[in-house]
Amino acid sequence: MMPALETVGLHKRFGALVVANDINFSLEPGARHALIGPNGAGKTTFINLISGRLPPSAGHVLLGGRDVTLLPQAARVRRGLGRTFQINTLFRGLSVLENVALAVAEREGRGGDMFRSASSRRGALEQAYALLQRLRFAEDALTRVQELPYGKQRLVEIAIALGLRPSVLLLDEPAAGVPSAESATIVEMIEQLPPDIAVLIIEHDMELVFRLARRITVLVQGRVLVEGAPAEIAADARVREVYLGERQHG
Amino acid sequence: MEALTSILFHGLAYAMVLYIVSVGLAVTMGLMGFVNLAHGVFAMAGGYVTVTLMNGYGVPFGLALLAAFIITALISVVLERTLYARLYGASELDQVLFTIGLIFMSVAAVRYLWGPLPQPVHLPAMLSGQVDLGFRSFPTYRSFMILVGFVLIALLWLLVERTNFGAQLRAAVDNRRMAESIGIDTRRLFSCAFALGSGLAALGGGLGADILAIYPGYASEYLVYFLMVVAIGGLGSLRGPFVAALLLGIGDTACKYLVPQLGAFFVFAAMIALLLWRPAGVFGRA
Amino acid sequence: MSPVDALIRRHRLRAIELLPWIIAVGGYFAFADYLPLGSQILIMILFALSLDLVLGYAGIVTLGHSAFFGVGAYAAGIYAARVSGEPLSGLLVGAVAAGAVGWGSGMVILRTQGLALLMLTLAVTALLAEAANKASFVTGGADGLQGVDISPIFGVFRFDLFGRTAYVYCLVVLFLAWLFARHLVHSSFGQSLIGIRENLVRMHAIGSPVRRRLLAVYTIAAALAGVAGALLAQTTQFVGLTVLGFQRSGEIVIMLVFGGVGRLYGAFVGATLYMIAQDQLAKMDPEFWYFWIGLLLVLLVMFARGGILGLLDRVVRR
Repeated sequence: MMPALETVGLHKRFGALVVANDINFSLEPGARHALIGPNGAGKTTFINLISGRLPPSAGHVLLGGRDVTLLPQAARVRRGLGRTFQINTLFRGLSVLENVALAVAEREGRGGDMFRSASSRRGALEQAYALLQRLRFAEDALTRVQELPYGKQRLVEIAIALGLRPSVLLLDEPAAGVPSAESATIVEMIEQLPPDIAVLIIEHDMELVFRLARRITVLVQGRVLVEGAPAEIAADARVREVYLGERQHG
Repeated sequence: MEALTSILFHGLAYAMVLYIVSVGLAVTMGLMGFVNLAHGVFAMAGGYVTVTLMNGYGVPFGLALLAAFIITALISVVLERTLYARLYGASELDQVLFTIGLIFMSVAAVRYLWGPLPQPVHLPAMLSGQVDLGFRSFPTYRSFMILVGFVLIALLWLLVERTNFGAQLRAAVDNRRMAESIGIDTRRLFSCAFALGSGLAALGGGLGADILAIYPGYASEYLVYFLMVVAIGGLGSLRGPFVAALLLGIGDTACKYLVPQLGAFFVFAAMIALLLWRPAGVFGRA
Repeated sequence: MSPVDALIRRHRLRAIELLPWIIAVGGYFAFADYLPLGSQILIMILFALSLDLVLGYAGIVTLGHSAFFGVGAYAAGIYAARVSGEPLSGLLVGAVAAGAVGWGSGMVILRTQGLALLMLTLAVTALLAEAANKASFVTGGADGLQGVDISPIFGVFRFDLFGRTAYVYCLVVLFLAWLFARHLVHSSFGQSLIGIRENLVRMHAIGSPVRRRLLAVYTIAAALAGVAGALLAQTTQFVGLTVLGFQRSGEIVIMLVFGGVGRLYGAFVGATLYMIAQDQLAKMDPEFWYFWIGLLLVLLVMFARGGILGLLDRVVRR
């Protein structure tokens, strides 16, 4: 089967510092894949390289088999790539519904409509609302994001990305900053994602990783240390040494 | 050849004034990310203090400049503590509006106190006339300006490169959080830098009163030049704005000398092109 | 009511939105002696409205919006002096010229952000002002553009001494511009501008062609500012260098901010109060007018972000 997302020899340097070192990675459709590694391993950089926020120094990114290395962010999004952010990156002054509707409108190519305003607005809002209902998040639809508790803002992060109906979804520490007692709703939302979406999740919370992921890649100093099923990773001596031993750290 | 020397000489004097006025802005913008459009107000204040002390009270030029430096630095630090400090971290628009407010107030106040006309500069006899450098003679005042400019720059660079204050300043510009975490009091540091920068601007205003005329429109009319020095030189450095000031000073002088019918048009166009090429400043870090 | 309907309802015209028009029409009869000032107010509202699209909705902090007002004024003025005194085509000339300059300068300056962008908006205006100053053979330079003769509108309505025609003319143009701007900000395009203002990084991440959107609104706003400038040239039959000055750019930002940014009606409230206050206070104490404005601005930033309409909002919500 053709991978939904693939990187070939992906490389990124900042001056003398190599933050992504020859990363070969692939994500099958429907994958639930976790990317773990100690702080500074280059996980977020890897996401930024895939999504096009940063240009790689060398190597390629392929989406659905097509090389998108030279395409800007927007073009990658149109080809099915959605992402969330480790630090909330939301439209804070707008309601939850409007946050999601912005993504829906862009996906439908109507974000720039100056005319046909009422009908095009209604279409995007209705789809966004239907999505919020599926996510069981509809009661907050009209709440302004900045008035939501932090944990719920993390849910909006994911909801916006889902508004794009991505075929590949990159989740950058979806539970970052949320106390583990409250992360249940986030886990639930991720578990209920449509099964055909390929999901790559960066996370520090190991409990969450082992609950969600069917495969795990360990990144250390910009390099893939090992990749395997959760049980293999948990048993891997090197991983224990570099990462699991430090889990209190993150 | 004659023309070239003339352009370089006058351009250099002009560049010195631009640099001394603007360098503080580069440091404070780099340090706190504060868009201080009112920086020119401090230069204007320095100009008025200098001219008033000289013309009204017969204070010697050098002393008047020193007084301008001290008075303006004091005023600026009071403003910084009471008003500016409340807007660190505020939106760019808020900072822009606040500093435009300061410009409007100062323009009106200055017009009320000194009237709308440019202030005459009566130079001491020592500085009027020409100085003969052998191959040709130059206006003494401009030569003095260039000389003072170089001395100030040398002092400033020594301060920043060789003292503890300078080391702290550089650390804070590089990475403010890091600097705070190793115990540098960045608020105090910033107050000092702000006072120093404003004082220098005042000195530049007084010293350059003959080039940038002291009149109520000072703070808004020359703003675009001061900002250009900073934007092109890059934030948070001393060297970048110096090169930018040289480019601007000599370029502007050359344009006005060689193609007076186009005025400053070329200079603005060139500056726009430079900023497009390097949005973080030609010598800034991207 | 579903949340979707609730949001759609916000786009619907509310009765209070007609208030400015009732006042404007009433003003024609109630203040017949002040119609020239009235026209100036309407022009500044239009100018501030165009700025609101850029500053309030798209969040572009610009100090160079007078560039487009000035280009519109000069284009319409020169057109009237050299080509034809027909006013409507003159407006079009002003709009197209300013829109073209907005598009051209937007192409380059919108690639930057923050200080560089602010700087470039200033530099573009300074460049145009210098050009207008030096090209005195067409612009009249520092003496201003003379000989702007405007024919009657549709060949019927002559511009009279009392400024009645001018007032109605400005009012109709402003009304049409408001309809257009209102439609624009409530469209998907307008929402995406708000998105850009609220979070640029996220707009990129949801695949929005951000720069194209910004360029579009910048061009549209420039054209509207150009219309405002053209109206000024036509109604005063004169164009001076001040139309391109920093003062004018600063003042229009202040008017908008006093009223409230990003709410379409801040322009109406801010420009009206500013112009009336200036007319009254500046007569008594023209020297100190700018002092009070500056002071108000400082106080506004410190205590009343959101302007007059923002304050009203807070009062009403309580």
